[in-house]
Amino acid sequence: MFKGDFIKNLPKIYGTYTGGFIVFIILMAIAEQAGVSAKNIGVMFVAFTVLIYALIGYLSRTIQVDAYYVAGRQVPTVFNGMATAADWMSGASFVALAGGVYFGGYTYMAFLVGWTGGYVLVATLMAPYLRKFGCYTVPDFIGTRYGGNLVRACAVFVLFIASFTYVTAQINATGTIASRALGIPFEAGVWVGLISILICSMLGGMRAVTWTQVAQYIVLIIAYLIPVFWISSNVGGGIFPHLMLGDEVARLGELEQQFGLVKNSAADMKAAGVPGGLKYISGTHSGVPEGGMAVWKYLSLAICMMVGTASLPHILMRYFTTPSVRAARKSVAWSLFFIFLLYSSAPMLATLSKLALMDPNLPTGIIGKSISEVQSIEWVQRWSEVKQVFIADFNGDGILQLNEWFMRGDVVVLATPEVAGLPFVISGLVFAGGMAAAMSTADGLVLAISNALSHDIYYKIIDPKADTAKRLLVARVLLVIIGAAGAYIASFRLTSILGSVAWAFDFAMSGLFFPLVLGVWWKRATRAGAIAGIIAGIASGTLYLLWVFPKFSVPIFGGVNTPFLGIDHLRFGLIGAPICLVVMVVVSLMTKEPSPSVQKMVDDTRIPTGKAILGKQH
Amino acid sequence: MSNKDAYWNKTKNHMIVTLVLWAFFSLVIFMFGSELNTMSFLGYPLAYYMTAQGSLLAFVIILFWTANKQEKIDEEHGFSEREDD
Repeated sequence: MFKGDFIKNLPKIYGTYTGGFIVFIILMAIAEQAGVSAKNIGVMFVAFTVLIYALIGYLSRTIQVDAYYVAGRQVPTVFNGMATAADWMSGASFVALAGGVYFGGYTYMAFLVGWTGGYVLVATLMAPYLRKFGCYTVPDFIGTRYGGNLVRACAVFVLFIASFTYVTAQINATGTIASRALGIPFEAGVWVGLISILICSMLGGMRAVTWTQVAQYIVLIIAYLIPVFWISSNVGGGIFPHLMLGDEVARLGELEQQFGLVKNSAADMKAAGVPGGLKYISGTHSGVPEGGMAVWKYLSLAICMMVGTASLPHILMRYFTTPSVRAARKSVAWSLFFIFLLYSSAPMLATLSKLALMDPNLPTGIIGKSISEVQSIEWVQRWSEVKQVFIADFNGDGILQLNEWFMRGDVVVLATPEVAGLPFVISGLVFAGGMAAAMSTADGLVLAISNALSHDIYYKIIDPKADTAKRLLVARVLLVIIGAAGAYIASFRLTSILGSVAWAFDFAMSGLFFPLVLGVWWKRATRAGAIAGIIAGIASGTLYLLWVFPKFSVPIFGGVNTPFLGIDHLRFGLIGAPICLVVMVVVSLMTKEPSPSVQKMVDDTRIPTGKAILGKQH
Repeated sequence: MSNKDAYWNKTKNHMIVTLVLWAFFSLVIFMFGSELNTMSFLGYPLAYYMTAQGSLLAFVIILFWTANKQEKIDEEHGFSEREDD
């Protein structure tokens, strides 16, 4: 199946797969009508899709190095775009993005701009050149361009910190969704998630991950878009919400005025016993906060996310798999197109969901109704039981005010279908989509880490004479170890301590952005400069994070500190990356310029035609 | 100037143009968020529209445009890859 004309048959294969998935959704809808319980439908959705991914993973098994590391460099542009989109959109994007917009409004949407704008940097500064270089991993480029094991090891170190921060959160999300859909404890869900992730990647490496990610993208985009369009027509938002919600956004502004945006005091919330992680609406949906600081907060977050995107190894390595440099460029554009389909829908879902709850003229509205009435609604009861929603009657008038309704962000995606009166089959579909999103990102990350360790540390540094069989064995063993370590940490639910997914972006931009960019765009960049830059960038970024993050409260830094210029723990890359740049430039200029052979290597990297710098097998 | 240098100069300029467009849609317009929000597009306040959808769409268009333009530069200088590469 995966020989010869497989690539040519891809549209047919995935077309059939998509058709099959839609038939499955219809069958589930019929099963629901026939009286199959909601819980069993959820189980079937998750089990069926995960089995398909496992099957694809098994069929893509390989014993070739270049298939394992870069999918044989034959992934067509559009399919690589879909795989990258799945690799990119994490469980958090899928379940939490709409919730973030729901609570954060305009300010939060700096993430949307940041997580898409970064691809322009990927396409112009990085992807085509790294593809021409012919590397297997991101540290492989740095190690070859600058020359030497030390700089290679530094790059692996940054990759490890950034990707591992990210992967624990993904395995955590996989576990959460598996446990909810299958009705098993969270700890068991984490291990179920891990096994699913490993089945998809272990036998076939990048090749298997590529073809499962395409399948996962199809599931996750269907699962995200169907509810958005359906809810929109159910609550009167029109059939094409992206272009038709202008009135709804304006209406939200009126309702905010009518109900008033009140800030609760921490003491009140504590006294009422609001469970941790639940939020309420206290800011405007579409209004822009006034003042220079607010503008700077928006811009600085967008910058960190954009530059971080362009430095994340699990994304960059997807562009090593295309057949040509030209295909790598086009593929970045397709990736962003597929990401855009979901990201542009998240604010629409947030708007619809907010309106459904806030508008007293809609049958679904709850704000402004009596609390006893709201508490008797079925979905409110169900989500209250698991502490995902909460009501606190602060003013004691028995009427639900806007600031008295608390909800976890995930609920926006997971419960809105129910609230808007969609059948349960849609909720089952959403579970399958969330699982696909979390698994695909975790797969990409685990592979990025284990590939860097097996190729750059084991093969390039420890045992350069290892034969193919041994290299692939080491790669697979490391894959299992990294996955298990991630799952083990995730099972402790340390995410509140490990902090935010945003940290992965800040770590990556602190240590990798400038060494990668200058490696292509500045011939004068030297080995010593790169080593000094990476170390200075990652060290200063990390120290600043320790200094500024309230939960760390490091005694030698005097406990909790006020962020410098508003640069808080989400934005510490703004400290690391400039320091990396300055140190790298200064040290490069102080050391002898790179040898003519290195300069020629850079020249060759810049031109699409001709031999790759690193051979097909290296 | 050799063909390679000419090619690289053009590529560099093209990179700068792309990044200027990128900076406009990702940073410059959001410096004027409150002013933009007094205007409307498709019934949405403009700054809200740009951050929810407009800039995202602009990035997609920029990426397809920039890839096509770069392919033309490749061709002009004879650095186009063969189809079967």
